[in-house]
Amino acid sequence: MGSFCYHTFPASSHRLVSDFSQGFKSPKLPYLSNQQERWFSRYQGASKVFAYYGLRAPPYKLDALEPYMSRRTLEKHWGGHHRNYVEGLNKQLEKNEVLYGCTMDELVKLTYNNGNPLPEFNNAAQVWNHDFFWDSMQPGGGDMPKLGVLQQIEKDFGSFTNFREKFVEAALTLFGSGWVWLVLKREERRLAVIKTSNAVCPLVWDDIPIISLDMWEHAYYLDYKNDKGKYVNVFMNHLVSWNVATGRMARAEAFVNLGEPKIPIA
Amino acid sequence: MALRSLMTRKATLGLGLRGLQTFSLPDLPYDYGALEPAISGEIMQLHHHKHHQAYITNYNKALEQLEGALAKGDTTSIVKLQSAIKFNGGGHINHSIFWKNLTPVREGGGEPPHSSLGWAIDTNFGSLEALVQKINSEGAALQGSGWVWFGLDKESKKLVVETTANQDPLVTKGQHLVPLLGIDVWEHAYYLQYKNVRPDYLKNIWKVINWKYASEVYDKESK
Repeated sequence: MGSFCYHTFPASSHRLVSDFSQGFKSPKLPYLSNQQERWFSRYQGASKVFAYYGLRAPPYKLDALEPYMSRRTLEKHWGGHHRNYVEGLNKQLEKNEVLYGCTMDELVKLTYNNGNPLPEFNNAAQVWNHDFFWDSMQPGGGDMPKLGVLQQIEKDFGSFTNFREKFVEAALTLFGSGWVWLVLKREERRLAVIKTSNAVCPLVWDDIPIISLDMWEHAYYLDYKNDKGKYVNVFMNHLVSWNVATGRMARAEAFVNLGEPKIPIA
Repeated sequence: MALRSLMTRKATLGLGLRGLQTFSLPDLPYDYGALEPAISGEIMQLHHHKHHQAYITNYNKALEQLEGALAKGDTTSIVKLQSAIKFNGGGHINHSIFWKNLTPVREGGGEPPHSSLGWAIDTNFGSLEALVQKINSEGAALQGSGWVWFGLDKESKKLVVETTANQDPLVTKGQHLVPLLGIDVWEHAYYLQYKNVRPDYLKNIWKVINWKYASEVYDKESK
């Protein structure tokens, strides 16, 4: 499978996966219930099918990131913006059968259309981006990575301090709305800090994201107003989840060979 | 204000042959709280005093670096600075227009345009309501950060509704375009008050739009 899939079973995937994990908010199916639809396709011979995605909750309570990211921000950001992207995507997919049957990763790459994005791209990518972002943070986050991740950072950036500087600089020099990423570049087989505009994410270049930071104004304005520097530093010091990053790196190494294995000499 | 810019110009005439002019924050022609309840005083203060000021500060910095690069003939730096100049200079241009596009209700904010601009709007869009509808829907649909503009195409003499991304000025959409009204749809322009409900912001801002200014610009540029 060419695409990098972070979730073990994609909870935000189309509805034939019957296990919807906790915190899943069922979208309002406009026509028939799940049961009715299944009956309908069985007896009518697979006619109209829809792909629906659900809004997955962050892996922590909405006030768990206080005082660094307020509950109010989470409520508006996740409950408002993220939810709107999911509902917008579902509305668009209703009308577009060609996009049926993709996982979220595949949908993002498909709708990006090699740089000429389809109208669904914005919603699809933003749903993916926000899922990834909530997972990139944890209560009691920050501090430093350990073991493999730290080693790789030191190899590719010289030192953790240097990486942190680059990350903060990228966040502060982004023009307009966008995201900052720590990615594992597949071709170059190294970590890099990149910034993307609006909804673009490194999946579209087939790279593997490790950590992300939302630099759209809605992500920080309620808590920090225009003080981007404070927001970025708070993220690095108290929110970023290096545990998750370690997990993502481990999976990434299944797809990208980061070096010769250390074979002990007999 | 004029005295202040005169002083900065005199102060910098000593440096270099070019006499680099620095730019400064224009004063608002009304109080921060004068546009309530359409736009809160808190937003106006942050928007003017922090955001617009930041664009000006960074614009001045970029120009200073450009002067240095030009003097050295450092083409790489000259080209690299273009995006910072476009972004920050554009931010300065756009916000300077924006402050003039707004006015308190008691000074005519929200009063619909009459005479030549009013007729032109009816001709081009059918009615003022239709124009407002179009601007609002384009503004709401804009992804990310940007501006929605109501402008005049000086060449074709037609009125247009356009959007630009980030801080691109209207002229990037057409060299003959002159902005009559611009509405900032960056989140910082409305988030503290309207949160993520951009359509509400767009609906309410019309109560403080300065059509008199737009008419003046229209009359001047459509000759």
